[in-house]
Amino acid sequence: MIPLSWYLAVAAILFVIGFYGVLSRRNAIAILMGIELMLNAVNLNLVAFWRYTQPDQVAGQVFAIIVITVAAAEAAVGLALFIALYRLRGTVHIDEIDLLRG
Amino acid sequence: MVLQAVFLITALLTLGSALMVVLHRNLFISALFLIASFFGVAVFYVLLEAEFLAVAQVLIYIGAIATLIVFAIMLSRGMMTGRTSPRNAQALWAAGGSLALGAALLYVVVFRVQWPVAEKAVPADMIQRLGTGLVTDYVVPFELASLLLMAALIGAVMIAREKEV
Repeated sequence: MIPLSWYLAVAAILFVIGFYGVLSRRNAIAILMGIELMLNAVNLNLVAFWRYTQPDQVAGQVFAIIVITVAAAEAAVGLALFIALYRLRGTVHIDEIDLLRG
Repeated sequence: MVLQAVFLITALLTLGSALMVVLHRNLFISALFLIASFFGVAVFYVLLEAEFLAVAQVLIYIGAIATLIVFAIMLSRGMMTGRTSPRNAQALWAAGGSLALGAALLYVVVFRVQWPVAEKAVPADMIQRLGTGLVTDYVVPFELASLLLMAALIGAVMIAREKEV
């Protein structure tokens, strides 16, 4: 059987890769992709803990389903914002969007 | 033995695709690697015997979220390759910080904590239990999630539509 720590290690690395994407990318859509990677890592953690501690309860899976729903809502609103922004300013590079800079 | 081999291959593919997502210059190719990465996570769900979540992962993440991202990339075309760098000025700091965070997480996860190894079997009627749970014990979060999704979709349509009111 696969040890729990393997799953946790994979999830940790996936989270860190997403974190780097969020911090280092200029394009807002690429930042959203990094956030999706981080959410995937969190879900993998949740499901792994469910499997190795309480597989006869449904709480762990319900939690993961709610996280997936929130991720879908976040992607829809985020991408709509980026499309509106592109129409308005002609760019989705976050360092060129400085309307609030004094 | 076979399970471990499958796990390691899947881990390699998932993490490799995830790295390509954050490193590749062409945003469209990044999105394709993102789909590969989502699929790898679905394989992990199958390995963890969470079949419903594996199907939900393929349907929602690959079928809906990845498609939305590809649409957004195409609608903001001209942004995806560009002559300028895809990385911002703080990329080096970000790399250092991410490596430090990753090292700390891996150290704690692999060496510091004794994780439970108790192997209980997943009940055969897990999906039925999940369905029953979603409309009995967990009906409030379930309904809240549906409300959130509807509000988000209406909001997304309002924000992204062409015409000013």
